[in-house]
Amino acid sequence: MDMSAYPLELPENDRPMVRFMNVTKSYGSLTVLDRLNLDVRRGEMVSVIGPSGSGKTTVLRMLMTLETISDGVIYVDGKPLTHMERGGVLVPADERHLRRMRASIGMCFQHFNLFPHMTALRNCMEGPVQVLGLSEREARTRSEELLAMVGMIDKKDQHPSRLSGGQQQRVAIARALAMRPRIMLFDEVTSALDPEVIGEVTNVIRKLVAEHDLTMLMVTHQMGFARDISDRICFFYKGQIEEQGPPEAFFTSPQRERTQQFLRAVKDAD
Amino acid sequence: MSFDWKWEFTWAILPRLLAATLNTLMAAGIGYAIALVVGLALALGQRSGSRALTLALREFIEFVRSTPLVLQIFFIFYVGPQFGITLSPWVSGMLAIGLHYSAYLSEVYRAGIEAVPRGQWEACRALNMSTRDTYRRIVIPQALPASIPGMGNYLVGIFKDTPMLSVIGVAELMQAANSIGSETYRFLEPYTMVGVIFLAISLPVAGLVHLLEARVRRKLGM
Ligand SMILES: Nc1ncnc2c1ncn2[C@@H]1O[C@H](COP(=O)(O)OP(=O)(O)O)[C@@H](O)[C@H]1O
Ligand SMILES: [Mg+2]
Repeated sequence: MDMSAYPLELPENDRPMVRFMNVTKSYGSLTVLDRLNLDVRRGEMVSVIGPSGSGKTTVLRMLMTLETISDGVIYVDGKPLTHMERGGVLVPADERHLRRMRASIGMCFQHFNLFPHMTALRNCMEGPVQVLGLSEREARTRSEELLAMVGMIDKKDQHPSRLSGGQQQRVAIARALAMRPRIMLFDEVTSALDPEVIGEVTNVIRKLVAEHDLTMLMVTHQMGFARDISDRICFFYKGQIEEQGPPEAFFTSPQRERTQQFLRAVKDAD
Repeated sequence: MSFDWKWEFTWAILPRLLAATLNTLMAAGIGYAIALVVGLALALGQRSGSRALTLALREFIEFVRSTPLVLQIFFIFYVGPQFGITLSPWVSGMLAIGLHYSAYLSEVYRAGIEAVPRGQWEACRALNMSTRDTYRRIVIPQALPASIPGMGNYLVGIFKDTPMLSVIGVAELMQAANSIGSETYRFLEPYTMVGVIFLAISLPVAGLVHLLEARVRRKLGM
């Protein structure tokens, strides 16, 4: 692929927190993301919605560098994430570059992925101690603060198997925040939860939106929640953004036929 | 032929057999230690991402698993010198049995590691953990409980295979019984006692492995 069209760094006056530039992801002949362009501003909360298989999860996974990129470049804070500069051109990033860039990104998964052999507290301390090199004491203080913030301090010594789904997801959020990311990714974090505990988790996310200057990207099927807390809604269809806009306008007067169909379908399902 | 067990003779040879048992235990212990370490290297090497390395290691493992241990022992001891590698019976024996069992243990580790859900690896990446820390802190501790029964089986297996070392003259239990037999023309007592000693060690070890597995699971909160 021709990399000369991609700047080594974004100019000072045009530096969104995240920029997807012509990002393509294919598995064999299946194109999952098709020349996607998406900017996320500093501190913005963007909700990604769309039918199953439209590439929502893939967007987050690529930003978390869990997947390699087939074409295009992702920039984080103006610097290439998926690539690095070598002799004046961009080449695919090596592990060292990825580790440096990944430090500013955190992610929460649909199935929590807590470490089952560690207590809630240890789950949160693990990254700060092993990766950031904090002392046990510093890491404990930081983790306990975050567990308190998500309402899980009284369960800090429990292993995940003793916690409900909602509790596990709150610990997972605390664990991700303990790394002090500037960007947080949420992939359907309430989809695996019983309806009565979804509120525990959405309330934590509300709090983050209100009290932190995090940049957030959230994939969700909860339209009401997305409408409440997002700065912008992106509707994905077949690996591209079919329509996007501020929540009020997006939900009250969607422009595109496919958006209208999708919103009708989810409304009927409720 | 009549069955005449001589207790007096049995007591007389017992010290010699027990002394040889120490050698057997040492051989099994050292061989197992080699197998544990090399086996882990074989398992991790196959996951390094290098196609060539993975292929070479798989070939090695296949070779070891589909040829007899006794051949491998002979090979290292008798053929090694032709390549300028001359090793004592003990060293050859430890190496052969250690490498042999490393192939089996690597498969135990591999199964254990593969049983760790993909989400665990992804969580580690999202926390920006190094590959080393991911294995050390997250993957291996979770792979361990499932691996312990297999590791235990092969500990007993390596112990039971130590008599093979007698073919190159390692002074272990079987070799002691053979010498007693050829010196005294009595085989019943020495070989019976060898069996009893093996049984007396294998059974408790198998039981201990069981306890250990339960304990590790509990300790890891799983
Ligand atoms: N590892 C993979 N190999 C092959 N196809 C994949 C892989 N991961 C995802 N896909 C495919 O990519 C498409 C988009 O997936 P995904 O981003 O998970 O969609 P969404 O989250 O919107 O439901 C789907 O068709 C899915 O089957
Ligand atoms: Mg998805």
